[in-house]
Amino acid sequence: MTQSSGFRGDASAILVILVGGAFLALLGISRAIDTPFAVQMWTMFAAFLLGGAALAWEVGKGPRQDHSSRYENGVVKAGVIASMFWGVAGLLVGVIIALQLSFPEIFYFPDFGWLNFGRLRPLHTSAVIFAFGGNVLIATSFYVVQRTCRARLAGGLWPWFVFWGYQLFIALAGTGYLMGITEGREYAEPPWYTDIWLTLVWVAYLLVFLGTIWKRQEKHIYVANWFYLAFIVTIAMLHIINNLAIPVTFGSSFSYSLFSGVQDALTQWWYGHNAVGFFLTAGFLAIMYYFIPKQANRPVYSYRLSIIHFWALIFLYIWAGPHHLHYTALPQWAQTLGATFSIMLWMPSWGGMINGLMTLSGAWDKLRTDPVLRMLVVSVAFYGMSTFEGPMMSIRAVNSLSHYTDWTIGHVHSGALGWVGFVSFGALYCLTPWLWRKQKLHSLALVDWHFWLATIGIVLYITSMWVAGVMQGLMWRAYNEYGFLEYSFVETVEAMHPYYIIRALGGGLYLLGALIMVYNLWRTATSKEPAHERVTDAPAAVAVPAE
Amino acid sequence: MWKFHKWFERHTLILLIGILVVVSIGGLVQIAPLFFIESTIERVDGVRPYSPLELAGREIYVREGCYVCHSQMVRPLRDEVERYGHYSLAAESMYDHPFQWGSKRTGPDLARVGDRYSDEWHRAHLVDPRSVVPESVMPPYAFLERRDLDTAHMDAHLRANRMLRVPYTDEQLANANADARAQAEPLASNAFDFEQRYPGVAIRDFDGQPDRVTEMDALIAYLQMLGVGVDFSTYRADQPENER
Repeated sequence: MTQSSGFRGDASAILVILVGGAFLALLGISRAIDTPFAVQMWTMFAAFLLGGAALAWEVGKGPRQDHSSRYENGVVKAGVIASMFWGVAGLLVGVIIALQLSFPEIFYFPDFGWLNFGRLRPLHTSAVIFAFGGNVLIATSFYVVQRTCRARLAGGLWPWFVFWGYQLFIALAGTGYLMGITEGREYAEPPWYTDIWLTLVWVAYLLVFLGTIWKRQEKHIYVANWFYLAFIVTIAMLHIINNLAIPVTFGSSFSYSLFSGVQDALTQWWYGHNAVGFFLTAGFLAIMYYFIPKQANRPVYSYRLSIIHFWALIFLYIWAGPHHLHYTALPQWAQTLGATFSIMLWMPSWGGMINGLMTLSGAWDKLRTDPVLRMLVVSVAFYGMSTFEGPMMSIRAVNSLSHYTDWTIGHVHSGALGWVGFVSFGALYCLTPWLWRKQKLHSLALVDWHFWLATIGIVLYITSMWVAGVMQGLMWRAYNEYGFLEYSFVETVEAMHPYYIIRALGGGLYLLGALIMVYNLWRTATSKEPAHERVTDAPAAVAVPAE
Repeated sequence: MWKFHKWFERHTLILLIGILVVVSIGGLVQIAPLFFIESTIERVDGVRPYSPLELAGREIYVREGCYVCHSQMVRPLRDEVERYGHYSLAAESMYDHPFQWGSKRTGPDLARVGDRYSDEWHRAHLVDPRSVVPESVMPPYAFLERRDLDTAHMDAHLRANRMLRVPYTDEQLANANADARAQAEPLASNAFDFEQRYPGVAIRDFDGQPDRVTEMDALIAYLQMLGVGVDFSTYRADQPENER
């Protein structure tokens, strides 16, 4: 089918956004009261100009073939490349800040604040969670929703708007942190105008995703799409409510959050914990529900378990935020409620783990021969481990020891490196040959190397942080025989030194593994092997849950 | 029973609404009451809005990401109370937009750091942490004492806070820009007026450079007032209205 009309609704609407955005950016430049804000507005202006040029070029190619009979793969490929780039960048910043805590004399520069820990740490967390994780989620969701609905991605150019709009969000947030622009709440650091931009991009993302489900040729919506949808919708809700703020002026990057003190704290950890629950869990469970059955060539273990797992998980997660605020000035009823739901959360989490692992029934032998499947399966094992550790740490007595220490950091990383990282790498190893139409990966041996380097890296990371965290917690509360506190604070800092070095080493190994992956995937995509037509290139066979 | 689920699987809108309902309940039951239950924030004397200089210092505290390594929340545990002082009250952060309770203590808690150390110590420590604490892993902030504080828009900062119901007076708003300087210039002509507007606020040169008002002045002014407001000799934790 050829589009005969010259008018294109998607391009026109995007143009309106770009022109409007460029105008507002110019207005921002003229009203700026601080240099960093002006720099950010220039960045936005330049991005909108570039976007406009790209749009003009795309439309200028004239009425093009509408491949509605084919899947939209271009934007997924772009997402795979962006994931690799941001993954390496985010891990690299992580290794740098780990070294800063190990060797403060070497890695700091007294004369400017750009590279201080306080600015790089949000850069690291945002780069790995939102830049790497976000790109993996957008790319895989765009891939999966097309295959499981047997429909081309909805919205014409809108998926590309989502992709580039999201990269602009990352660029603005990241460069902003370096210049000291932050809202000062963990994982919600981007400033007010970046938040507004992300909201716009996210609504477009939701509509593209929903639009594709709407025109599906399958009767049922596949389980992975439930999880993707819950992730997109809930993140929109959390993002909007948690970022309500009043800017100092229209020309200032600084804003004051709408809520204060105890209410702000609970709203922030409602957001913060569900960034874990919906961004890093629900979204990546969707990846598990598509890629593990696909790679193992087995149906999902239990359809009923996925129903229970889904609804219980999203219902319980939302309540868990207050376990970040044990023994604080938050009223105790709220702390107890949060802890109770956190402990209950263990059950649906393991339900999901069981559903993922048991999908391998009858195909366990593939773990020996397929390192990609091994990576996916080990990710689910790490998921099970950190979703046991989490509920345990939300018990008040345990939390009184673990809170404020590196145990929390270790817990986060067993989830982030083990679960989110591995399931993402597994999906990227699957997607690259599928998208670039190659029969297989460049080298399975390199996947093995990646797997083992990363696994040893994680083990070094989490064990050193367990020891460091438990030790510091015990040192803080240690009393000597006369009834005085045994250690000064700085003695507990000094005791962390060897463990911080081991942690940096673990992170370095993990980064090395990721670099090997990038090389392997790059060689796969650019190999001279002739294009290999796949069944999944056209709306055809799909994974269906066992009933 | 399982057949019932097909409604969610076959109708996008029903699935969407189902998700929205299920994920909204927790927040509504858990967070919304905090805005209405009166006992959520204790009634205490001594908690006041930040002076313009302290507010500017707080912005620097946020900007530099101090909260990623320092908490401002002393828990009611024996060792913490002995190490840092009285456990933190909700009232003590009631004017904090955003809150800065933190979640990690790579460095010590700062909720009660005010008046613990001299300005001189803070200055030396911020310029080069390892000059006073050799084992410290804190980044250096030498650049703060070379950067003049931008006080031209403090009125806008106060106005934004007042929109959020922080009780600044019209007079405080009108003089905000000058007041931000006055607090660090004890010999300036408007220091007396400043003292009238902000009774009990420390007025002195914080950064050892009497001729300048720098970002160092602002940050130290903020650090020195942390946790000193409430008079705990009169605070009765066991009163029913203070039990939560």
